[in-house]
Amino acid sequence: MRKTLFRSLIPIAAAAIFSAPLFAHHGTAAFETDKRVTLKGTVTEWYWSNPHCLLRFDVKDEKGQVSHWIGETQNPVTMTNGGWSKAAIKAGDEVTVALFPVKNGLPLGRIITVTLPNGTVLDALKGTSGVRDYK
Amino acid sequence: MANRFKFTLMLISVALFASWLTFAQSKAQQPAANEHKSAADSGHSSEAAPRHDISGTWEPANGPQDGVQADGVKAMPNDGKPQHQLPYTPYGLQVFKSHHALEGADAVLPGEFNDPRDKCEPLGFPRMNFYNLRETQILQNPYKIVMLYQYATTWRVIWTDGRPLPKLVDGGVLVNGEVKEPRYYGYSVGTWVDDTTLKVETIGMMGEDRVWLDTAGRPISDQLRVEETLHRVDRDHLEWSVIINDPKMYTKPWVAMNKFPMKLEDPHRDVMEQYCSPSEMERYNQLFGNPSSAPGGQAPKK
Repeated sequence: MRKTLFRSLIPIAAAAIFSAPLFAHHGTAAFETDKRVTLKGTVTEWYWSNPHCLLRFDVKDEKGQVSHWIGETQNPVTMTNGGWSKAAIKAGDEVTVALFPVKNGLPLGRIITVTLPNGTVLDALKGTSGVRDYK
Repeated sequence: MANRFKFTLMLISVALFASWLTFAQSKAQQPAANEHKSAADSGHSSEAAPRHDISGTWEPANGPQDGVQADGVKAMPNDGKPQHQLPYTPYGLQVFKSHHALEGADAVLPGEFNDPRDKCEPLGFPRMNFYNLRETQILQNPYKIVMLYQYATTWRVIWTDGRPLPKLVDGGVLVNGEVKEPRYYGYSVGTWVDDTTLKVETIGMMGEDRVWLDTAGRPISDQLRVEETLHRVDRDHLEWSVIINDPKMYTKPWVAMNKFPMKLEDPHRDVMEQYCSPSEMERYNQLFGNPSSAPGGQAPKK
């Protein structure tokens, strides 16, 4: 139990450590853009915000351990152009998320698609030329 | 009668040949498929442009991402190509090197950048034209033209009432004998050079300690003069060009945007907000931006 709790707090602790000296609305260098990861999880928050929207979701492994993932999309204007909305995803939704993971191994990534409980696939790269012009 | 018929036939033949020639010439003058698409190329033909009128809600004709310009100004991105090297003065190069951009060929690591954009500082002009140029509402009356930019919900005024462009002086610009302060969006006056082309001159912007030219960190100074040309090709298409003239930073004027194509939107279009919120930026960086940029060696194993 304590071990699970410790693991689940790692991303939060890492975020707190790294947030102090940095201010990083970043480019694309942090991602493995040639590697796709597909995860099934439960949404805990869909944060519709600038400069990028964030999808927070919990993924349980075969041993029942939970990882707290965060995927980013583009900004609300670009997402709206691609057919997304603030109301499209809700906390508690069971979703399948495909993303480009970050290089440093944290449970973070840049979202490619989100499959909603009703089977609808939201494409985060729709209307863009791909991962490069994420801004 | 027969002669009149022959004459008419000859006239029709000449007219057909002439129209074929014109068509052939116009085809020959069209750019290759991989060249920059102008506004005129970007959609169907439409009605003629109205006289002295660029009002409307406009969007990038080649798609909403075409105006993002993440690597720098559209015509001269900082992509490492020799033809896109800017003619820096020694001081301009020094200031450029002091700007640590997250984008472009000289991008630094996320922990080292210093773009004022990421503190939600005003982008200023002309960077408004060079970063996230998206849906742009243009309103006008006999005295002025107002541009409402989508990004940062920002506006600027271009006076068309005949007033002269202010003069640059120490500390700002001279307006009616009074020294006025530099502005993020400068002082702009517009002149119609023909029925469908507006030339806009702007001076009196903030200095190099406050603003960048673009997201690649190119510099501008308080000596900057910007010349824009807005040409309404037809009712539905507008071409937007920008020349940068900053003798403090660059040895000669250069073209930053060359006939960037915009197309007219439905007048009922309700443009979304795109804002920079310090609190949202802070939360984004805490949750995602900073940990995603942390060195791999410090990251826990999954």
